[in-house]
Amino acid sequence: MTAHSATPAETFRNEAEDLLVELEAALLDLEGDPDDREQIDRAFRALHTIKGSGAMFGFERVAAFTHHVESAFQKVRDGELAASHELVGVALASLDHIRALLDGAGDPAKEELLLAHVRRILGAAPPPVAAPAAEPADEPPAEKIWRIRLALGPQAMAFGTNPLLLLDELRQLGECTVVALTEAVPPLGDMDPTVCYLAWDIVLITDRPRSAIDEVFIFVVDDARLSVEEVPADAEVRLGEILVRRGDVPEQAVSDALSQQRPIGEMLVGEGKVAPERVAAALAEQHQVREKAAKSAVGDASGQGSIRVQAERLDGLMDQVGELVIAQARLRQLVAASDDLALKAISEEIERLSSELRDTTMGIRMLPIGTLFGRFRRVVRDLSQALGKDVELTVEGEESELDKTLIERLNDPLVHLIRNSIDHGIEPVERRRAAGKPERGRVHLAAAHSGAQVLISVTDDGRGMDRAAIRAKAEERGLIAPDAAIADSELLSFIFHPGFSTAAQVSSVSGRGVGMDVVKRTIDSLRGTIEVSSTVGAGSTVTLKLPLTLAIIDGLLVRVGRGMYVIPLSAVEECVELSPEEDSRASGCSFLSIRGDLVPFLRLREVFHAATEPDPYQKVVVVSSGTLRVGLVVDQVVGQHQTVIKSLSKLLDDVHEFSGATILGDGSVALILDVPRLLALGQDQESRRLAS
Amino acid sequence: MTTTEIASISPAARGKPGAGAFQPMQVLTMALAGDVFALDSDSVLEVLDLAEVAEVPNCRAFVKGLINVRGKVVPVVDLRVRLGIRGAAETTEDSRIVVMAVTLGGEETLVGVLADKVYEVVEIAPAALEEAPTIGIHWRAEFIKAIGKRADGFIVVIDIGKVFAAGEQELSKA
Repeated sequence: MTAHSATPAETFRNEAEDLLVELEAALLDLEGDPDDREQIDRAFRALHTIKGSGAMFGFERVAAFTHHVESAFQKVRDGELAASHELVGVALASLDHIRALLDGAGDPAKEELLLAHVRRILGAAPPPVAAPAAEPADEPPAEKIWRIRLALGPQAMAFGTNPLLLLDELRQLGECTVVALTEAVPPLGDMDPTVCYLAWDIVLITDRPRSAIDEVFIFVVDDARLSVEEVPADAEVRLGEILVRRGDVPEQAVSDALSQQRPIGEMLVGEGKVAPERVAAALAEQHQVREKAAKSAVGDASGQGSIRVQAERLDGLMDQVGELVIAQARLRQLVAASDDLALKAISEEIERLSSELRDTTMGIRMLPIGTLFGRFRRVVRDLSQALGKDVELTVEGEESELDKTLIERLNDPLVHLIRNSIDHGIEPVERRRAAGKPERGRVHLAAAHSGAQVLISVTDDGRGMDRAAIRAKAEERGLIAPDAAIADSELLSFIFHPGFSTAAQVSSVSGRGVGMDVVKRTIDSLRGTIEVSSTVGAGSTVTLKLPLTLAIIDGLLVRVGRGMYVIPLSAVEECVELSPEEDSRASGCSFLSIRGDLVPFLRLREVFHAATEPDPYQKVVVVSSGTLRVGLVVDQVVGQHQTVIKSLSKLLDDVHEFSGATILGDGSVALILDVPRLLALGQDQESRRLAS
Repeated sequence: MTTTEIASISPAARGKPGAGAFQPMQVLTMALAGDVFALDSDSVLEVLDLAEVAEVPNCRAFVKGLINVRGKVVPVVDLRVRLGIRGAAETTEDSRIVVMAVTLGGEETLVGVLADKVYEVVEIAPAALEEAPTIGIHWRAEFIKAIGKRADGFIVVIDIGKVFAAGEQELSKA
C-alpha cells in the first residue's frame, strides 16, 4: 500500500460520513413531510449502504445496529409504518450512535435503549391498513439493460474486497449474466495469489436506476476499472457491431472479415484477431476491457463529475503553489533587468501559468457554504426541542463559495451564534404570542459575496438585546466609565468581551456572551470582522465579514519611505497623483477631489513615521472598505504583485495596521495592509484631532 | 565546540543557597554592547549574516522588523532594547542574527536575535553558575537566568522564554 492511498477502512469511514449527512438531511425533511416518498427512499438507501458496506469492511457493530434501523425504514417504505415524529427522532439519535460507532466509541447501554425504542415502534406499528401488496400506483419503472465491465484494482483482494459479494449484490438487482474473463491470469509460476487477475463482463436487466448499480461499486470504484453503459433494448445489433462497440476488435478487422462472407465469430477467431472466449462473452451480451477501451471507460466512470481527494493533499498543493508564486516573482525580477526577449517571453508565460494555477487551486479549495449550513438544521432542531421553543431555520445564499479551511473554522462560531439566538434571542411561545409575533420563531442564516469578502449573518426575530443590561455590565467590569457617551454598535460589541454575560437579566441558563469571545477570537484569527445590530423587540443580527481566502491574494505593491507594502487589490479602486497644490494645503483639510467627489486621504508616511525625504510626486491609492472611500498617500506605486500571505508573529500582535507579511521577488519582506483596520485607525485619529 | 574549564570558583558562590540548583548548560555566546551574553543552545536553530530587515511601523520598540528565513517571515528583536542596555545598535560586518525557536502564547515560533558578534557554543559547569545579583548590574535582572564566570570575565545567560513572556504580559496590561 502506498503512503497516501487511504486504507479501505478510511474510505469506508469517509463514505459513511457522506451517507450519514444524506440520511440526516432526509430525516429532517421527513420530519416536515412524513409522506415524502423520495426522502423515505433516500433514508433507506443510506441505511442500507451503511449496513452492507459496514459488514464488508469489518465494521460489524455498525452493520448489526444499522440493520435494525434499516428494518424500520423497510417497513416505512412498504407502507406498513408511518415515518412518525417518534421514528424520525429515534433515527436521528441512532444516526449519532452510528457516528460514534464509526469512531470506535459508542455506548452499548445507549445502543440497547435505542434498539428497544426501535422495537417498540415496530411492535406498536398499526397493522397495514390496506396491505399494499402491489406496487404503489406510481408507474412501474421501465426495465433497462446495462452492460457492465468490471476489473478490480490489483490490490483489491488484499484490501479485503470480495468480488463474489459484489456480483451477488448485483444479482439482487435483476436478471444478471456474468462471464469471467481470464485472459489476464498469468502462468501459475508468475501468479501472485493476492492479486485479482479476473475481470467480468456483466449484463444486467433491472428496473432499478443507475444509482443502484453505482452503489454496489461505491467502495471499489476508486481503484477498479469500471464502466456501466445502457444498452438500447430494441436495437437489433449484430455480433460484429457489439465487438466493435466494445473496442474488442478494430472495425477494420470486422469489415475485412465480413468481406469474406463467413460467420463472423468463427472468422475473427480463426484469424486470431479475437480470442474464442471473447466471442463467447460478446454472444452472451458481455464485455471485456482492453487497454484502450479501459481508458475511455475511466472517462465514462468519472462522468459523475467529482472525485474524492484527501484534504492534506489539497493543503500540500496550495503550499506548493505559494512557493511557485514566490519563485516566479523572483524570476520576474531577474528578467526585468535583462534584455533577452526570449527569456522575457518565457517569464511572462510562466507568470500567466502560475497565476492560472493559483486560481484553479484556490477554486478547488472552494466549497459552497451550504455544506456548512446543512449541519445547522440539526442544531436548530435539537436545541429548539430541548428548550421547548418552536424555531424555524431559513437559509439564503447557500451557493456562495468559501475556502474550505474557512468553512471548517466557521462551524464553531456559527453554532455559538445560532445557539445564542435560540437560547436568548427567541422568546418562549407565550411571550411571542403576547407580543403579537408569530409563535414560530425564526433564525435566518444568510451568506453573500461583497467584493473579496463574504458576509455571513445570523438573524433572529427575538427580543433583541437589552442595552441597559449590557451597559450596566460593562460599567461594572470597568470597560466604560459610567455615563460615558458611546456609540450603539460599540456598546453591542461588548458582548464579545471574554466572560461578558448578562445572564441574570437575559435568561436563567446563561447569558449572551457565553462563548461569544470565542466567536470573536476565531473571526479575528481569520482576519474577519463582526458587526452587531439589534432592535429591541424585533430581533438581532450578527454579521461576520470574512476574506474569501487565507492563502494568496492579488496585491498592489507600494513604497512608503524605505518600506514596501502590499495593498490587497480587491480594496483598490484607482491610483491618482497627488497634485502639488493638494499636497501643500493638505495640513488643514486632507481632502482630494476625484471627479467631483471629495475623498479624504491618509498620509501613510505619517502613519508609518517614515524617516526619509518624501518623493517629489506623491501618489494616492484610493481604497474602499464598506461605504468608506479613502486615499492612501504613498511615495511610489510599484505594481501588481501576487501575494502569498504569511501570518505575523505573536510578537507583532499589537500592530493593527497589517494583516500579514509576504516575501517579495528579491527575498525581502513586505507588509500587507489591513485596509478596514487602517481606515478605522485613520478615523480615530481624525476624530481625536477634531476633538482636541 | 569548546568546553570552557572554570578554574576558580568564588567561595561565596559555593556557600550561596540555590547555587547547586543549576544543571550544566550548553550555550551560544555572543557580544552585545561590549558584554558577553549567552543563549541556551538547545533553542538556537541557526546563525545568519545580517540581512535586510523590513521595519514594522508602530510595533514594540525591541522588535526591529521582519526577515525572510528560507521562506518564513521571522521577527528580529534587539535584546539591547529589551534588557534596557543603553546605547543604540550599531551594525558591523560582525553583526549576526541568531534564529531561535521560542514558545510564545503556547505556540512555538521563530525569532531572530540581533548580536554584535557570535562567538561559540560552550558548556558551563554548574559550579561556575551563579544567580544574577539583584544590584550592581545595569540591565533588567528578571530576564537573566544566571551569570557564568570564567577566567576572562562573565557570561550573562539570558532566559529567552521570560524575555518574550514578559512582552505578552506588558501587552495585555496596555
